[in-house]
Amino acid sequence: MTTIDREGLKFSDAKLIIGLEVHVQLKTESKLFCGCSTQFGSNPNTQTCPVCTGMPGTLPVLNEKALALSIKTGLALNCEIARYTKWDRKNYFYPDLPKGYQISQFDKPVCGEGFVEVKIPKSDEPARKIRLERAHLEEDAGKSVHDESGKGGVSKIDLNRTGTPLLEIVTKPDIRSAEEAKAFLTELKLILGYVDVSDCNMQEGSLRCDANVNLHFTDGEEAVATPIVEIKNLNSFRAAERAITHEARRQFKEFRETGETIDDAPKQTRGWDDSAQKTTPQREKELSADYRYFPDPDLIAVVISEQEIEDAKSSLGDLPAALRETLQSEYGLNDYDSDVIVSAGREMVDYFRAVADGSGKPGKPNGKMASNWVGQEVMRYLNENAATIEAYPVAADAMAELLARVTAGEVDQTRGKEVLAEMLASGCDVQEAFDKLGIVKVDSSDLDALCQQLIEENPAVIEEIKGGKVKAVGSLIGKARKINPNVNPGVLRESILKIIGL
Amino acid sequence: MSVLDNSIEQLVQQVSAGEVTASQCVDESISQLKAQNPTLNAFVSDCEEAARAEAAAMDAKIAAGENVGPLAGVPIAIKDGICTKGQRTTAGSKMLENFVPPYDATIVQRLRAAGAICIGKANLDEFAMGSSTENSFFGVTKNPWSADCVAGGSSGGSAAAVAAGISPASIGSDTGGSIRQPASFCGITGVKPTYGRVSRYGLIAFASSLDQIGPMARSAKDCAILMNVLSGHDAKDSTSARNDVPDFVADCDQNLKGLRIGICKQYFENEPDGSGLNENVRSGVMAAIEQLKELGAETVEIDLPHTRYAVPTYYVVAPCEASSNLSRFDGVRYTSREQAKDLIGMYSKTRKVNFGDEVIRRILLGTYSLSSGYDHELYKKASQVRRLIKNDYDAAFEKVDLIAGPTVPTTAFKIGEHAKDPLAMYLADVFTASANLAGVPGISLPCGFSADDGLPIGLQLQANMFGESTLFRAAHQYQTQTDWHLKRPQSS
Repeated sequence: MTTIDREGLKFSDAKLIIGLEVHVQLKTESKLFCGCSTQFGSNPNTQTCPVCTGMPGTLPVLNEKALALSIKTGLALNCEIARYTKWDRKNYFYPDLPKGYQISQFDKPVCGEGFVEVKIPKSDEPARKIRLERAHLEEDAGKSVHDESGKGGVSKIDLNRTGTPLLEIVTKPDIRSAEEAKAFLTELKLILGYVDVSDCNMQEGSLRCDANVNLHFTDGEEAVATPIVEIKNLNSFRAAERAITHEARRQFKEFRETGETIDDAPKQTRGWDDSAQKTTPQREKELSADYRYFPDPDLIAVVISEQEIEDAKSSLGDLPAALRETLQSEYGLNDYDSDVIVSAGREMVDYFRAVADGSGKPGKPNGKMASNWVGQEVMRYLNENAATIEAYPVAADAMAELLARVTAGEVDQTRGKEVLAEMLASGCDVQEAFDKLGIVKVDSSDLDALCQQLIEENPAVIEEIKGGKVKAVGSLIGKARKINPNVNPGVLRESILKIIGL
Repeated sequence: MSVLDNSIEQLVQQVSAGEVTASQCVDESISQLKAQNPTLNAFVSDCEEAARAEAAAMDAKIAAGENVGPLAGVPIAIKDGICTKGQRTTAGSKMLENFVPPYDATIVQRLRAAGAICIGKANLDEFAMGSSTENSFFGVTKNPWSADCVAGGSSGGSAAAVAAGISPASIGSDTGGSIRQPASFCGITGVKPTYGRVSRYGLIAFASSLDQIGPMARSAKDCAILMNVLSGHDAKDSTSARNDVPDFVADCDQNLKGLRIGICKQYFENEPDGSGLNENVRSGVMAAIEQLKELGAETVEIDLPHTRYAVPTYYVVAPCEASSNLSRFDGVRYTSREQAKDLIGMYSKTRKVNFGDEVIRRILLGTYSLSSGYDHELYKKASQVRRLIKNDYDAAFEKVDLIAGPTVPTTAFKIGEHAKDPLAMYLADVFTASANLAGVPGISLPCGFSADDGLPIGLQLQANMFGESTLFRAAHQYQTQTDWHLKRPQSS
């Protein structure tokens, strides 16, 4: 029994220890060991064949694409890639498991140790490395569809999902808070999207997460841990965050009441009840966790060549962390802005860079301005239209031209945005939008005449300015733009001040 | 004389030339099946309707001058553990009593493409577990040489069908001797090919790393003709070899000059565990080896020191794999589902009711051997011994081309003789199981009859991996000089 004073314990004394197991559905056309489609949402049992339904006599044959995607994922997650990997059977009985075993990887996973750098958004904590234990390939099971009418009718089995390739990514117990778990999942999803190995669609189950959670308390020499709880099937990042937060509190309360430690109780499985916002105990699939793993004799071991690894490496492209770094060092963006662009995906980064490069000078991209326009104007449009950057109507070179003309003073920012709105509305190019809006550069004699007019018509304002309230010049700008909308406010301001001798 | 008394080579020639129709072959075969099966119980089901239709289609092709394959019109019996599309495939089990596969095994496709016609599904020990076909849910198959005796197992039905002249060829599967042992008991020739030589796709798995499909026929040359059709890479089987397939028929004709035959002293020792070699079997096998020497072969004494561990190793590896392979038969799918209070109850009851004792025994053995992490447990240990057995072969085949010995220590035993003592039955696999553990090919061919009971004796030849050509060469040359393979049981 622990000597820790449980009565006096505060929640803040607890150190939260979290490890995640993330199942990622790989983006293959067909299943892991047969040619059936993996498309989501088809009618039950329409995407099955004798192999994936485990018919007597059938044999699995590895989908090479799934292996290649696993290697690619492993490299993106800084994992050691196995040169020799094999398949094992995990034996258990369940109605949606047609063979009575799942083909998985036990002791030779395709990806060994790796890590993901994770930074909690809007926190001052530096990024931390969350280490990965392994990532192994396995086939998914089917789905049991139970009669929920309460009349106790039939249960049905849909085997469409059976044999879908999953990569199970297992972290070490390195995660220290629910926010960090969420940040890890966010970054993981981003990386997987960048390397294009998964759709990561949580609604469709292509990314699923289980969290192992417990609390550690230390009191001088003594260290005590609460029993580990595995929270199953967290199907959104928010659910993961909330479930962990709730579970930590629950374990704290339970420890205060019972003093039960990891030495007293085996690992438990709990589910997350989203409507009740709490974790609840789950019935185990089998009483014993003895899966009787052994090498699958139907599948030959796989030797992964250096060439395959090199090929996968060269197909990776820049990863989010590297791109954030590039946007900061080469484009002068800050932490936040670079994250906004990178988090929007590789295509957004490419768009941003094309705009910044195209609107700047050689070797001196127009980073800040491009970031403002892309981060605000473009993303607002995409949000409002629920679109991705690939569907954005203004191509990067057109956007770059517009920004270059704003920079050159041909048009001010405000008018520039009107130009953009016109381009979006009518699909025209920059010059056409200028023409439509009647934007022409105001020459210096017109500008001088306009200034004179304003000075004469607004003596009170001029007095104010001369009296030190330079800001008052703003009201003249408004008037000027009513007379000639093409006037550049900055230039006008300079001219007026110059004429009145300030 | 029946058209089926011809060799396969002659039969195919006659059919292709239009001298005999495929329909005649099938008629003859089906009528033999119907006449003899009530006594022998060699078949679980016949394929009469489909067979007659296929034969008629083939005759039409021949009449139209179209090319027909190397097995044109050959009636064939297929072990009922091998899937045939639209034709009930039971694996000898109540569990699959009404299972009709929606697909053909790869070898069935190949046989059909070559012109062979399946006339029936041959009886077997349930899920190929057994050495006597006594474990079939559909009853024991009787030995055509003596109705009191077993035909052997697990391919007992396939062996009996050929021995009784019902079909000139059949297909079996061999996990620990299941082709060679019944071939020996029934006085026919049977081949267990190199692991990976023949696709396993469609063979209802017993122990995946040991199972191999192979041909059974009256002569080595007939088997070679079948092997030419069965062999070759199959994209549906990951363990299927990509090696080139030689012309096994052509290789039959090479003489035996310079062939080195290994005589393994362990095969002729009397073991304290009772796996002693019957004296009649010993003398029959010795005489066959002398005959091979007369044909130009030389003998070399070799050592396979781990032979005595083959049976115990086999009886760890095979049940482990079987326990997993058979978990798909849980009552959720296929034939039968027992009612019970909960899910686990349904599984238990269904499996208890639908599996026979031997299958349950082996599932329990395998489940036990695999339990609590396999790292340092029986399966891994057995896999290590398996490696040693393979190493023995590798060393032996440095010195010799073939290894000769008895297929089984005895002739066919009486039905029910080992019913109370499964372990005694397991020892019948002593000379055959090691080839499966090592993956090497083996052939059993008749080499005489026991003076005691008049039953056939089998000579086993084993070769190095992918060395089937050498097996066929030696076996065929032996059969050119002897007529044991031409003897027929009185009853048929």
